[in-house]
This record gives sequence, structure tokens and C-alpha cells, in this order.
Amino acid sequence: MDSIIEYSPILIKGTITTIQLTLASAVLALTISFIVGLARFSRHRSVRAAAICYLEFFRGTSAIVQMFFMYYVLPLMGVHFSPLTAGILACGCNLGSYGSEVVRGAIQSVSRGQHEAALALNYTTYQRYRYVLIPQAIPVMIPTFSNLLIELMKLTAVASLITISDLTFMAQIIRVQTALTLEPFLVILVIYFIIATLLVQFTKLVERKFSKGRQVVSDGGR
Amino acid sequence: MASVEKIIEFRDVSKSFGELQVLRNLDLHVNAGEKLALIGPSGSGKTTILRILMTLEDIDTGHVLIDQDYLWHQQVEGKLQPASDKHLHKMRENVGMVFQQFNLFPHLTAIGNIQQPQMLVQGKDKADAQAKGMDLLKMVGLEEKRDHYPHQLSGGQQQRVAIARALALEPKIMLFDEVTSALDPELVDEVLNVLRMLASDTDTTMLTVTHEMNFAREFADRVLFFDKGQIVEAGEPKEIFSRPQEPRTQDFLKKYIAGIA
Ligand SMILES: Nc1ncnc2c1ncn2[C@@H]1O[C@H](COP(=O)(O)OP(=O)(O)OP(=O)(O)O)[C@@H](O)[C@H]1O
Ligand SMILES: [Mg+2]
Repeated sequence: MDSIIEYSPILIKGTITTIQLTLASAVLALTISFIVGLARFSRHRSVRAAAICYLEFFRGTSAIVQMFFMYYVLPLMGVHFSPLTAGILACGCNLGSYGSEVVRGAIQSVSRGQHEAALALNYTTYQRYRYVLIPQAIPVMIPTFSNLLIELMKLTAVASLITISDLTFMAQIIRVQTALTLEPFLVILVIYFIIATLLVQFTKLVERKFSKGRQVVSDGGR
Repeated sequence: MASVEKIIEFRDVSKSFGELQVLRNLDLHVNAGEKLALIGPSGSGKTTILRILMTLEDIDTGHVLIDQDYLWHQQVEGKLQPASDKHLHKMRENVGMVFQQFNLFPHLTAIGNIQQPQMLVQGKDKADAQAKGMDLLKMVGLEEKRDHYPHQLSGGQQQRVAIARALALEPKIMLFDEVTSALDPELVDEVLNVLRMLASDTDTTMLTVTHEMNFAREFADRVLFFDKGQIVEAGEPKEIFSRPQEPRTQDFLKKYIAGIA
């Protein structure tokens, strides 16, 4: 265990990288979720079709392969990413596809009566989504989004495969340099678990903020 | 001689949902300021008429006019074409609707529900919208509930807020679709009283679908009895309720009195 403590600086570095990777891909995933999820309601068939293609492609293929593609294949076509960028893109695009379904489902769960009330008040389509549907859909999204955030954090471990020095990568280094196997992986398991716990606390905070004073009732009316 | 201004016209309007024909060659004129009660058996198309006026439902054939202007059509180079979204948006300014299920925005307070549409749709600033909102809440007797969310209000209170919200945009035409039928019996009167008050002191044209015959009798200038997508009988309340001419009307009212309809 002493030798592990000796390695604590690189473990801390790895922890920071994992957190950075998680947060940056979370922001990307959230953005994609809303863009692709809302695109599913577009009146233009081509926009809807593009959103479905995105969803099926990124949900239907492996995140690791997507990341390898971005890091090893795209440079052959003249597009170069740093390992960190490739990792963020792969994790963000992948989780964004799942997230878009969360956004779509939550907006669909808002009752028809709410659509009709907004229309009867002469809201524009933009206003209807921005001020009526999305505010009611967000509290519905948050629990599923917090699960996805944990999934995302765990997914970032694959980024070590393209030399990003995250926690998993650092554990490998310690293993190679010290010939210890149990200790480094046990330690990072605990660290991953602590990060996950913190993320859950964070999402609970967000959830509380968004449900303050409101209770979203599905009134079932038309 | 100046004729009374027609604010709503249905000309030979038909509407089907799949196989089911809900409106059959309907002709209907409503004068500006008139208070109309629509009665009739379930499924006769009463709600559909209101929803067509609110642009929640389109029509298959015929024409609907509001204030001499086509609702579901527009003139393009002298030819009538299906209405564009822009045209519908403009026409919707004339009409407000109150729903059976209230449909208040659950994430906004009572005052927020009334304020927001004024700001978004009419571009009013917050202070003006709020002042008007408070006036309206006062009018429906809910001043002290301004900061309550819909789930903190009774059904009757929610419906009164919904009425205030629709009135805030000052539409020429107000549509009320069975606004008391989702309420517990003891809450019906507080909502009907608001309607009675509106009927007595506004020039707003009001169309009310209702199963409350006593209310229809005192509220309406004219009662329309619908059956199977057609107007079977129309006239002043005392005529329709005291001396219905058509067998179908007589039948309906008899069932109503017996507590079936
Ligand atoms: N969107 C729709 N799709 C299919 N059928 C519909 C739709 N809206 C209404 N209908 C049918 O059309 C008929 C007329 O409906 P409408 O709601 O206008 O009747 P109503 O006179 O208001 O009846 P009620 O007194 O029960 O409210 C009904 O049989 C109803 O089931
Ligand atoms: Mg109805």
C-alpha cells in the first residue's frame, strides 16, 4: 500500500482528468440531447430523419470504436484531434444519442392539453416549447439524466485506450511500474465510486432546484 | 339600415374524423356581442365547433369566417387558398378558449399564468401585465391566491384563473367548453357566477357549450340545440326550454329533466 501512496500524485492527476473528461462530455452530451431530441418534433421531414440517423448511428455502434475512429481514422482524412478531444467527442456524441431519447420522451409526456392551451393563447411554436413544454419536461428528464451522467463517467474509462491519462490509464501505469495489480485497481474503483456519489448528489441538487414550488401534474385532459 | 355585425359565420361546413362525420353542412351565424349556449347530446359536435374556431381542428369543406375574414382560408391573388400559419396566428388573436380540464400551466403561479401570455403574445412589459393580471384575479375573486401554483388551488379556483388568463388577451370571442363539468358539484356555481358576470357586462361574443340547462337559460341570448352535427333547433332560451318544436329537442330536454342527459 505504501507504494500506492507514493503514486498518489499521478492518481490525483488521473482523477482530475477523469472529472474533466466527464464534465466536458456531459456538456456536449446535454447539448446534443436537446438539439437532436427537439429535432424529432420538427415539421421538416429531413430534420426529423437526420435526428433519427444520428440516434441510430451513435446508439447502435460501440463507443470504443467511435473513439478509435475519431483518433486513428479521421487523421487519415486530414482531421486531427488531441486524445482528450477525441475522448470528449466520442463520449459526448455517444451519450448524446441516449440523451436525445430522454428529451423526446419527456416532452412527449407533457399532456395534449398543455399544447392546446399554448396554441389557444396564440403562442408561437418557439414560445410553446420554450415557455410551456420544456419547463414541464425538464423535471421529468432529470432522474434519467442523472443515470446517464453516471454511465458517462464510467464510459470515460475507455478513453485510456487512446492514451488519455485518466484514472484507468494511471492505474495501468502503476501496475506496470510496481507489478502490483490488486491495489491500483482497488484504489481507482473506490475513486470512481466517490466521483459517482458526488455526481449523484449534484443531480439531486439540480432536481430540487427545478422542482421547487412546482408539482408537474399530468392532467390527462385533451 | 345598419344590420348587426356578423362576427362568426359557418358556411356549409363539414368535418369528419375518419369515417365519423361530426359536422354536416353546418350553417351558423353569430352576431357580435351575442351570448350563445350550445346544447345537445354527447358526440353531437359541440366541442368540435369550438375547436374549429380556436384552430385546434381544421375543416374538410365549407368556410368559416371571423369578423368577415376567412379563418381556414386566405385570399391569394384573388383565389382562396388554405390558410398559412401566419394567417392562422393573426386570426387567433380574435379568439380565446377555456377548457374543460382548465389546462393551466402547472409550472407557473396564478399570476404567472395570466402574466406570461400578455408578455409573450402582446409584448407587454411585466408591470403592465401584472397590473392587468391582478385586476382580473380580483374580478374572479382570487386576489389572495396570486402566488399559488395550480396544484395548490381547487378545481373551481383553477378554472377561474383559466378564465382570467383567456380574458387577459382581450379576445373578441370567448369559447367555453363545458367549463364546469370537471368540477365537484359544490364548485360549479363559483365558476358559473364568473360567466354570468361576464355575460352581463362585456361586448365580448361568448359561445358556451354546457350541460347546465338552468345556466343556459339565464346566460344565453340564443340557444342552439345540436344533434348529429347539425343545428336541430335554435331560438331564445324561453322558447327552446318552454316550447321546443322539434321532437329531438323535446326528447333531449325530457331526458335532461329525468337526469339522464
Ligand atoms: N380528434 C378526434 N379524433 C377522432 N374522433 C373525434 C376526435 N374529436 C372528436 N371526435 C369524435 O367526434 C364526435 C363529436 O365530438 P365532439 O367532441 O364535438 O362532441 P360533443 O358534442 O362535444 O360531445 P360531448 O357532449 O360528449 O362533449 C364524437 O363522437 C367524438 O368521439
Ligand atoms: Mg364536448
